[in-house]
Amino acid sequence: MIRRTLAVLHARNLEFLRDRSSLGWNILLPVLLVFGLAFVFSGPDKPLYRVGVLTSGAPLDDAQHPFLDTRYVGFFNAGDEADAIWKLEHHRMDILLDLRDPARYWINEDSPQSYIVEKLLLQSDPGGFARETVTGRRIRYVDWLLPGILAMNMMFSCLFGVGYVVVRYRKSGFLKRLRATPLLSIEFIVAQVLSRLMLIIVITSFVFLGTTTLLATPMAGSYLDLLVVAVLGAVSMIALGLLVAARVSSEELAGGILNMITWPMMLISGVWFSMEGAHPLMQRAAQALPLTRLLEAARAIMLDGATLADVRADVAVLALMSAAFLALGAALFKWRLD
Amino acid sequence: MAPVLEVQNLHRSYPGVEAVRGVSFQVGEGRCFGLLGPNGAGKTTTVEIMEGILPPSAGLVRYRGQPIGTAFRAQAGIQFQSTALQDFLTVRETLELFARLYPSHVDLDELIAVCSLQSVVDRDVRRISGGQRQRVLLAIALVNDPAVLFLDEPTTGLDPQARRNFWDLVREIKARRKTIILTTHYMDEAYHLCDEIAIMDHGRIIAQGPPVQLLEEHFRDTVLVLPRADFTIDPQALPYQVLFSGDMVEISVADVDEAIRALATARVSFSRLRIRPRNLEDLFLELTGKELRA
Repeated sequence: MIRRTLAVLHARNLEFLRDRSSLGWNILLPVLLVFGLAFVFSGPDKPLYRVGVLTSGAPLDDAQHPFLDTRYVGFFNAGDEADAIWKLEHHRMDILLDLRDPARYWINEDSPQSYIVEKLLLQSDPGGFARETVTGRRIRYVDWLLPGILAMNMMFSCLFGVGYVVVRYRKSGFLKRLRATPLLSIEFIVAQVLSRLMLIIVITSFVFLGTTTLLATPMAGSYLDLLVVAVLGAVSMIALGLLVAARVSSEELAGGILNMITWPMMLISGVWFSMEGAHPLMQRAAQALPLTRLLEAARAIMLDGATLADVRADVAVLALMSAAFLALGAALFKWRLD
Repeated sequence: MAPVLEVQNLHRSYPGVEAVRGVSFQVGEGRCFGLLGPNGAGKTTTVEIMEGILPPSAGLVRYRGQPIGTAFRAQAGIQFQSTALQDFLTVRETLELFARLYPSHVDLDELIAVCSLQSVVDRDVRRISGGQRQRVLLAIALVNDPAVLFLDEPTTGLDPQARRNFWDLVREIKARRKTIILTTHYMDEAYHLCDEIAIMDHGRIIAQGPPVQLLEEHFRDTVLVLPRADFTIDPQALPYQVLFSGDMVEISVADVDEAIRALATARVSFSRLRIRPRNLEDLFLELTGKELRA
């Protein structure tokens, strides 16, 4: 029994070691993830909470108030007051501190982080600030999180559902058989996009309607606008999956590349927490990801009643990404194994 | 009559190996042309270039006088040696899928009947036998009513009965004036189905012509086959080429009557004697010095 097990073990090891592309990704992926995550989440006194600060124009300095010296709390200049309050309402910061006269702070009563930072502030300076709560429509964390969860599910379904399947078709020879027909690569790709698109839009719509009904999530904008944004976001990510699968013949390699794409999107696209206060480079990098664009547009429509015109920048970027990924995918597409 | 397909000086190289080295031949309409050779001879590469799914390194393939292009795919039907099909589809759904990929297609019910697929038409393609699967693949190749049908090792892995049934099917197709390009390493298959064959080895055609003509050109003898146990004389005593093959002895003779008399004189038992003509296996051995499926 041991001899047979060892024989199979040996054969599988040889297969794994000789598949250079998969082996390379198995080594490269964790290294890239470790360094990537280290860049995003490490550094001295990495803040756990984000505090926007309104000042009379002077740059932020610990000397302005002892609370600004608190470790693990990130302080940043909040700029315009109205804009800062909007960000607090949208969970993009945990508390807003006004160092001008009269000194005061705003909290979002629906945010657990706001509650904790308020305790820290009061411990640092009891009675030094007047308390304000955000006014207007209240946005719960779940309202903010729901689009993130749905978009993340779309991302996994679009990337893995398409990329993996195409690689499997190629490996099994099914693509080679299709190649022998008049079918063009662009026709095959469009069919894959439409198939996954219909599936993901129907499923996401059902989940969206069910959860928004159960959770009484607000819908400030137009359902049609949201659908347009969802379709564009899905197409861009399906096209990205097809681009990954355009030439790859190994499922392990495809898995590695898809993980390399999905992990950063999951972490810095703002699914779980806002990137407000993160390193500007990181914020710019996040803007280049389709999931970020999809999420920002969807949240703007759902929570703020934005129209397509208001989110035209996100819509344009998603449309451009879709076109570019599809064109590249079709150009690079390979029907058969080498 | 103008040929339907012309292959002109095809070459195809891969890193470190030249798989096809200057292959040329023509195929007339309604003919079955066989490409024979051992694994690695270059026949599948040659056929894939003819099918238009693999570009040649050099050379040209013409269909009705014109270089083949993407339009040729609508005129060709292809049965690959091994093809995966889309999971979870039934036989009928699979045929419908491929039918829709062509500008026109045959009546599917008729195709299902021709390929004897009625009993499995609603079955998942993953749950049919090897013989049924080959018939489904043939039906896919025929779905666009092709002028040229490529069959690449169509009966590999089938049991003898399934192979014979498949041959009957190919004969029916041939009777409809379809041009067939068949690659196989089964000599009997080529002998029974092909009007003309080309034997390939190391990327080149080493012999070409109708099977009977090729055998007549290369052999003027007949083979007497005896069990080894019955061959009780010294082979050196006979003026014939004697080959010991396993438990059998094969005696190559030009004049059967004279050989029989010589063996009778030597008191060899004829109770289990067989007389067979030379076949394509012998021809291949003669031309290349090796067994076809070695």
